[in-house]
Amino acid sequence: MDLYQQTLFKLKQYWAERGAIIQEPYDMEVGAGTMCPETFLRVLGPKPYKVAYVQPSRRPADGRYGDNPNRLYKHQQLQVILKPTPVDVLEQYMGSLEAIGIDLSKHDLKLEEDNWESPTLGAWGIGWQVMLDGMEVTQFTYFQQCGGVDLELVPAEITYGLERLTAFLQGVESVYDIAWAPGFAYRDVRYNDELQSSVYNFEMADVDMLWKLFALHEKESQRLIDGFADYEDKRRYPLLPAYEHVLKCSNNFNLLDARGAISVTERVGVIARVRKLAVGVAQAWVAQEAVR
Amino acid sequence: MNFLLEIGVEEIPDWMIEPALEQLSKDFSALLAASKLGGSVQAVDASPRRLVLWAEGLSAGQSDGEELVTGPPKSAGAGAAGGFAKKNGVTVDALETLTTDKGEYFGYRKKTVGRATATVLAEALPDLILKLYFPKTMYWTGKGGPRFIRPIRWIVALLGGEVVNFELAGVKTGNVTYGHRRLGSKAAIPLTYENYERSLQENFVLVRAAERKQRILDGIAKLGANVKTDEKLLHVLTYITEWPTPIIGSFDESFLQLPKEVLVMVMRHHQKNFSVERADGELSNQFVAVMNIDNDNERIVQRGNERVLRARFNDAKFFWDVDQRKKLADRVNDLGKVTFQAKLGSYLEKTNRMVDLARELGGDDAARAAHLAKADLTTEMVKEFTDLQGIVGGLYAKAQGEKEAVCTAIYEHYKPLSMDDSIPATKTGQALGLADKLDTLRGCFSVGMMPTGSKDPFALRRAAQGVVKILIEGGWSVSLKKILGGDAQLEEFFLDRLKYYFREIQGFKYDEVNAVLAAGSDDVADAHERLKAIQAVRPTENFEPLAASFKRMKNIVTQANFTGGIFNAALMTEDAEKHLHAAAESLRGKLKGLPYQASLETIAGLRPAVDQFFDKVMVNAQDQSVRNNRLAMLAGLLSEFSSIADFSEIVTG
Repeated sequence: MDLYQQTLFKLKQYWAERGAIIQEPYDMEVGAGTMCPETFLRVLGPKPYKVAYVQPSRRPADGRYGDNPNRLYKHQQLQVILKPTPVDVLEQYMGSLEAIGIDLSKHDLKLEEDNWESPTLGAWGIGWQVMLDGMEVTQFTYFQQCGGVDLELVPAEITYGLERLTAFLQGVESVYDIAWAPGFAYRDVRYNDELQSSVYNFEMADVDMLWKLFALHEKESQRLIDGFADYEDKRRYPLLPAYEHVLKCSNNFNLLDARGAISVTERVGVIARVRKLAVGVAQAWVAQEAVR
Repeated sequence: MNFLLEIGVEEIPDWMIEPALEQLSKDFSALLAASKLGGSVQAVDASPRRLVLWAEGLSAGQSDGEELVTGPPKSAGAGAAGGFAKKNGVTVDALETLTTDKGEYFGYRKKTVGRATATVLAEALPDLILKLYFPKTMYWTGKGGPRFIRPIRWIVALLGGEVVNFELAGVKTGNVTYGHRRLGSKAAIPLTYENYERSLQENFVLVRAAERKQRILDGIAKLGANVKTDEKLLHVLTYITEWPTPIIGSFDESFLQLPKEVLVMVMRHHQKNFSVERADGELSNQFVAVMNIDNDNERIVQRGNERVLRARFNDAKFFWDVDQRKKLADRVNDLGKVTFQAKLGSYLEKTNRMVDLARELGGDDAARAAHLAKADLTTEMVKEFTDLQGIVGGLYAKAQGEKEAVCTAIYEHYKPLSMDDSIPATKTGQALGLADKLDTLRGCFSVGMMPTGSKDPFALRRAAQGVVKILIEGGWSVSLKKILGGDAQLEEFFLDRLKYYFREIQGFKYDEVNAVLAAGSDDVADAHERLKAIQAVRPTENFEPLAASFKRMKNIVTQANFTGGIFNAALMTEDAEKHLHAAAESLRGKLKGLPYQASLETIAGLRPAVDQFFDKVMVNAQDQSVRNNRLAMLAGLLSEFSSIADFSEIVTG
């Protein structure tokens, strides 16, 4: 039986052999691997790209103080982007499962319709959730639009939920029992993070401060987006930093949401504010393509 | 010649497959007919990865033909003839004279050369395929590329054994297919029209949905599991597998303490498992999963499914325990933070409105149930299992010691979920269901959110249909006007729903429905009673002739522009007139207290007198006062005997 990290090595190796850049996690808070510039911005424009990276993804509202065997505040995704999509993409994906020791002639694999959509990012795609013996192990999406922009090349996004997948492989009931490295379980590595982050996110995060941070990042991002049109040397223009402020907004929004500080009515409005920024950056990014 | 088309696609969503096949068959038949290719579609079928069409009897090509083209009239002269000839690429001497009833015309007999069937198909099929309708499509070859439900990966197009050559989305047609993703041959499989199904079967694909369905049913029978019949799930499983094989698994008996609704929901919706019943009809701790592989000899898939189910059930148990810490009654105020609809406020506001309506309709129990009905929206269980809203509320209310009537009402208040679903079984439940739906309808209409065309985001049609169903099947004799709050647009909307319900759901004839509703639609349960009476009386001998007579009366009264007047017995001159008057008079006495059907039969007995009247009496008498008096009598009869139905709406003979 492979340890968590061995499974991860094999997956990275598998995609490296198929020409993907193996990236490191993005060094900011994101809700999903999709939000990293390596996906969100790279899928735009006409240039092919292939990348795979693990991304710790924060969903403050999903935190369960480390008590729930299957739900996490921060879970690890392996994100693979293949742009454009190779015609045998599903065979390649299934090959990756076999590479980590899943004999698919003995397992039940089904692709069930599941279209992905992120209102905050103005992004959506068509695809499936991949069910393995009744468990969702991967989200597979053909991106169609990102930041409100129709994509020129259609990328395939393969998102593995690493905890679920490895719990499945190791046959353990709780993600905390996953053997990560020799002598270290997932619990040893991550439990404190889950517990303390849940306490902070649900009980102690300062709502006023979060709103202020949201507004500050929003303002800064908007300022940068607005300045793009008139800036002379487009190639130098800091759109990536502008996008990082969007990510900050998104994370603050998620924290406010977990804290119960956003009413359902307000929610739609705040999502629209973040989307406006994401769309602004995406459009400028496409415009910058020619000189990059 | 026979023709085989297989469109190889990545996994198509199960629910979109049958409509696509239907269209494929229809469009291909139309193509055969329009292009005069002969033959017919033998069958269409599909698995998640292929849409297939078989056709037979196609001719090798279109036959050569002639088309007669009519040109300018002869009288237009030689110049016109020359122009016409030139347009057709011939000289004037190739033209002939056509004699028509409008005169003589230049004509040209154009020879058409029939094209090979393969050519016609190659030209038409790419469009035909791309025009198959799917609710949500994608592009995959790049911006501006073709759109389909999922990427097309191969196409088989074989006409009489030969490939019909065309290209679609970069895919060239061929004579090879692909088997089951994991069990089939890794290489492409060559095929012919005749051995197509067998080749696929050898590669673990049952291309016929009916065979897959049968394989599931046989498999279940072999397991000896008493599976709860579930056509919908069976259909889904038939279309998400190519080689379905059922297996049985079990879960810890202790989970049976959870409400069976929750267990079934998890198994059915989340895991696509069949639930299993024990001999006594209670839920057993077993389930049946349907795999897309051949066997599970090592029980790997079984253990995997059991593990997932255990995790799900543990979640549900966790939600149940957490939710019990705060009673529904203590959650009602939290609904202030849950938006019902931006313009209509929170669920707390909705709750308060519902309480008033429910009290009016069903008294204190209904009001209490309304007070608690939406509180389950704040529970973890409903957040996780949205489809269990109401049901969870009812179960929690019971666990928290609410009255039985209140719990049941909450439990069933979303019913009927469709026109096939039953209405709430209890009066209190019906009152609550009515209050909930009516509040939504009244609210949405009051802020201008009515359904338009195919758009009905708040499912108002379904809500109104639910109200109609409850009122009628629950026998609620209430004023529609009153419970709709006096909104004219809403009343009109309801009239449509009512007609739909009577015609489509209950199968009444449209003229009967019109007749009954024209006589009053405010009390819909009553309208239903009247409709049943009309339906029963309609085949009797006197009914339709009488209806025809009523129509005649109505026409006479309308055409005479009769505006009113008091009937005066002294002004009657003819015997037939007096006879009708007397017959109506005696009818009046008999009708009192009669049920509708008997009333109608009695009214139908008026027929001889009416017939005689029309035979013998001229309504439009010379004497103005006699004429008016006759009109007054007819108008009186019409209004008096049309309270059950407006007979003039009945379409006769």
